[in-house]
This record gives sequence, C-alpha cells and structure tokens, in this order.
Amino acid sequence: MLRDEDRIYTNLYGYEDFRLEAARKRGDWDGTKDILARGRDTIIEQVKESGMRGRGGAGFSTGLKWSFMPKKVDGPVYLVINADEGEPGTCKDREILRHDPHKLIEGCLIAGFAIGATACYIYIRGEFYNEASNVQVAIDEAYAAGLIGKNACGSGYDYDIYLHKGAGAYICGEETALIESIEGKKGQPRNKPPFPANAGLYSRPTTVNNVESIAGVPTILRRGPAWFAGIGRPKNVGTKLFCISGHVNKPCNVEEEMGIPLKELIERHAGGVRGGWDNLLAVIPGGSSVPVMPKSICDTVLMDFDSLREVGSGLGTAAVIVMDKSTDIVRAIARLSKFYMHESCGQCTPCREGTGWLARVMDRMVRGQARLEEIDMLQDVTKQIEGRTICALGDAAAWPVQGLIRHFRPEMERRIADYRQSIAAE
Amino acid sequence: MSASETPAGPATFEFTADNLALAQRIIAKYPEGRQASAVMPLLDLAQRQHDNWLPRAAMDYVAGMLGMAPIRVYEVASFYTMYNLKPVGKHFVQVCTTTPCWLRGSDEVLAACKRKLGIGPGETTADGQFTVVEVECAGACVNAPVISLNDIYYEDLDGPSTEALLDTLIRGETPKPGPQNGRINSAPIGGPTTLIEMAQRNGVKPASQE
Repeated sequence: MLRDEDRIYTNLYGYEDFRLEAARKRGDWDGTKDILARGRDTIIEQVKESGMRGRGGAGFSTGLKWSFMPKKVDGPVYLVINADEGEPGTCKDREILRHDPHKLIEGCLIAGFAIGATACYIYIRGEFYNEASNVQVAIDEAYAAGLIGKNACGSGYDYDIYLHKGAGAYICGEETALIESIEGKKGQPRNKPPFPANAGLYSRPTTVNNVESIAGVPTILRRGPAWFAGIGRPKNVGTKLFCISGHVNKPCNVEEEMGIPLKELIERHAGGVRGGWDNLLAVIPGGSSVPVMPKSICDTVLMDFDSLREVGSGLGTAAVIVMDKSTDIVRAIARLSKFYMHESCGQCTPCREGTGWLARVMDRMVRGQARLEEIDMLQDVTKQIEGRTICALGDAAAWPVQGLIRHFRPEMERRIADYRQSIAAE
Repeated sequence: MSASETPAGPATFEFTADNLALAQRIIAKYPEGRQASAVMPLLDLAQRQHDNWLPRAAMDYVAGMLGMAPIRVYEVASFYTMYNLKPVGKHFVQVCTTTPCWLRGSDEVLAACKRKLGIGPGETTADGQFTVVEVECAGACVNAPVISLNDIYYEDLDGPSTEALLDTLIRGETPKPGPQNGRINSAPIGGPTTLIEMAQRNGVKPASQE
C-alpha cells in the first residue's frame, strides 16, 4: 500500500481549503521559480524519466508528448488541459479541480514553460460549475500573487491561463474535438495528421494533457523523477487516482500505487464487494470504454496499463465499476451502448449508424428478444465500427459489447432461450 | 431538437449591462480575430439571463455580437446538450442514469421524482416549477446516484432522500448540496483509509482499522 507521505493529492477529500494560502501549506508553489530555472529540456527529460504516462486513458508518455512540440516557433503556442471528465465511472479530475486546483495551475505553468507555450486554456465540462468556480478562484489568486501572468514566479516568462467551459458533450474529451470546441464549433474530432503538436488550437502548435497528468508534475519535479519511477512496476509507475464505484460497500476515490491488485484495492479502500468477494460478478476496470472482466480475472489482476491489457481489458482512466451477482450484466452493458449512441458526434457513418444499431440490438438482448445467430452479428457489427472512425469513440462503443460477448455469451444465449420458451408457452 | 424547432420566444434579446460587461471580458480571453471562441460561454450567459433556455433571438444576438453566421451559432446550440432550446422548469432536475448511477439505484431516483412530482423524464410540471430529464454520466460516479439540480450536484441518493430533496425545494428552501448520506465528498463513508494524519488534523475520524 502507498504510504501517506508518498501521496500527491493530500487534499483529495477536501478536508482543507482549496485556496492559495492552504495550498501553499500543503507544499504547492514551493520553489517553482527554481524548477523553471532548470530549463525546458531538463524539465522534459525529468518528466520522461519519471515514467509518467498520460492519465486521461491512453497512457502515452507525458514527457515524450511534450518533446514532440517544435523547439523554435514564432507566435502563439498553446497548452490545453482536458478537464472534460465524463467517461462513465470516472470522477478523479473533479477532486483535483475542486479541492486541489493550485496543483493544476502550478502544473500548467511548468508544463507550458516546458513546451514553450504562450498561453493555456483549461477546458472544464460545463456540468462542473462549482469545480470551475474553484479553478477560476485559483487562477485569479495565482495572477494576484505574480505566480502566473507577466514574469511568472519572477522567472522572466510571460504566461496566461484561461478557463473555458464546455456544455455537455462527452466527445469533447477527444483532444481534437476539444480544440474545435474552444474554437467555437461543434465538438467533432479532426482527422490526424496533422497532430495538435503541429497544428492544434487556432492551427498553432498545441499539447493537450489530462488534469491528473499535469497536476502531478510539480510534485514529481520537487521530489525527483526517481521517486515517482520507484513506485509501482516497470513501465507502469507512480501513484494513480482510482475511482471505485458500483456494488462495493464504500464507494470512493483513492490514490494508490500503480499496479495494486484489484482485489486489494477494493477490499482495503472500498469496504469490499457487497456481500463479499465471492458475490462478485464482474468489474469494468478503467471506465466504460474498456472491456468487462469476469470474477476469475479479477481475483488476481494488477491495476496497471500492461497487466490489464494482457487480460484483454485496459487501465483507461482507472475507474473501477464493480458489479455483484445481482447485476443484470446485459442491461449494464446495454446502458453503455445507449450512452455511446447519445454521445456519438455523428461525423463518421460507422459510429453514427453503428452505435444506434448496437443500442437497439442490445436493448433486445436484455429481453432475449433475438435469434441466437444475432449474437455473432452483433460481434460482427462491433468489428465494422472498430478502427473505422476518425476518433476512438467508435472503438469505445465496440469494446464493452465485445467484452460482454467474450465473457457472458452463455447468459445472452440463456435469455434468448427463455424468451423463446415464454413465446411458445403463450 | 434542432434549433429550427425552437418555440417562438421573445422577438428581441439583449444582454443586461452587467452581462454585456461580462461578455466583453469573456471575448477578451481569446486572441484577436478568434472571438467565435466565446460562443459557448456567451450562449451560457444568455441562457442564464433568460430563465435557463435559449430563444432564437438570443442566438441571433450572440451571432451578431461575435460576427458569426447565425447557422454556426444554431449548430453549437443544438450540438451541446446543456443548451435548452425550449423552456424548462425553475428547478431543472437532471438525473444521471448511466451505468455507475444505475448500478446504485438511479431507477429509484427517477421513481421518486415520478411519485413526488408526477412527471417522468422529459416532462415539466403544469406549474412550471420542475422539469425532470435523464442525463448521461455526470462524472461523480463514486457518489452515485447523482442529481444535478440546475448547477448543483446532489449525491449518494436513494428513493427517500430524493423525495426529501424535492420536498425541500417545494417548500421554497435550498437543500444542502453534495452527499445526502452524511459522507464527506468522495471519501469512503465511515472515514478515510488513507491520508490519516490529514484527516485527524481536520477533526475527521479515519476508518476503524480491523
């Protein structure tokens, strides 16, 4: 178990005030000028060495992403923070935004400096009204204290940070849709290339990072990359915010070490599965987009990028959705299909039509009102969506259904048989 | 619904003096020539000024202010779910029913709304006080099930606490936001298993160690 002194998010539960004075007492904004004095290249190198992988779901090296930014540019360069948290199961960035916003603002300054940004936009989902208010207070305090703005922290670097609020569109969590949204358009993802590092916001070089990736950076640079890299397992290092929801006795967010066994995570922090571990049916370990895992896998799996990929699922956002044996698993996944249908931006035909198709067929599968061969057809349709769209929403819609078929096909077949029987009996 | 289906609404719309000043500060956040970036915050501001819905006149006004073709503004207004293109009740009850909330009983929350208000998702009470809608993931899943009431989250609900919440509103009072079951934010109920010293320093009892 992670020691308390190794936790980054000490105000995770909001026991203390979120504002500057309290944040400073917790160690934020300590020696920021000295960190900036290390220089761009050193900061990027150290973030690479720390092994931080993006906390928004994809798990790409944060330092490596920064190194893709062009070194010499005339004109604006942007850092954009993705705080459009909305992956079902996920509610970690919310805690940083409302309880520890100064960690994010300080991270925005350091990251912006490292990539040569001239300004930063923090894109917060519109529903997070109070969270956005707290972030705005933190921004205003940072300006007033000379921490950002002209000559930020006395470093000679000029840097502005702005808040931009979304208005209810999951797709804006996709980085190019988010950029379109800041530009005042519908949030529809762009074709890549060009990648944002070359042509992002207003066609300028842009890096888009998740809240948790950036908010962790100041602590990593203060304590040294070796500290962060020493927690967890090789290539899967550091601390991680886990969101444990669903059928546990005590749902909660908690910061733990990467690679903690799933069973230990649930039993130690979330009060265990309702009715005991043996009452577990399945877990979705990384937000709604990753495939569901039956109990047999949950017994031993470790919570990190590579371990979960090896068992055919993924760490995603580390949002652990727990389902006990009372769960109608087909309905649980069908509800996710409805979610993706609602959130498809409509741009690519396979996703626009396919997500609706999945939702309608899944709705029938809940009742068993289908033919057996339609299970294979359902699988086939997910394959017609996966990999054939501009962004990953199509994949995200396909994988939960694939996971259901892979692990719970007998349950789907049973329902179809039961429905047949009930018709015959009438 | 699409923008073209918007009910008539008022013939004209303009920001109040305060909102106009605020709008100008918002526009200044974006680079020269990129004022279209302000369309979302300005539509939000217009909606807040106009009883939580956007009439056509408000969209046209924002388009004019930002030098955008009106159709570009209608596109934005109809793409993002938080813009209401028709009137909604004074209390806008947004019930999250996505899987994490559903697993924790969002069906009971909807049923409680139906019992107390007599309306289902998508409906408004005859007196215009309440609108109930189903929304997709509110992003507070460890505090499920969740209602977002206008701007405020009410968490850890069940049938009875949802009814109590609605009763408070009916009495014209403001319910206490956040978890409705006594827990503190997203810490486990009964006290945290981590950050022990931090909890104790702030008078919070950690979970008992078995």
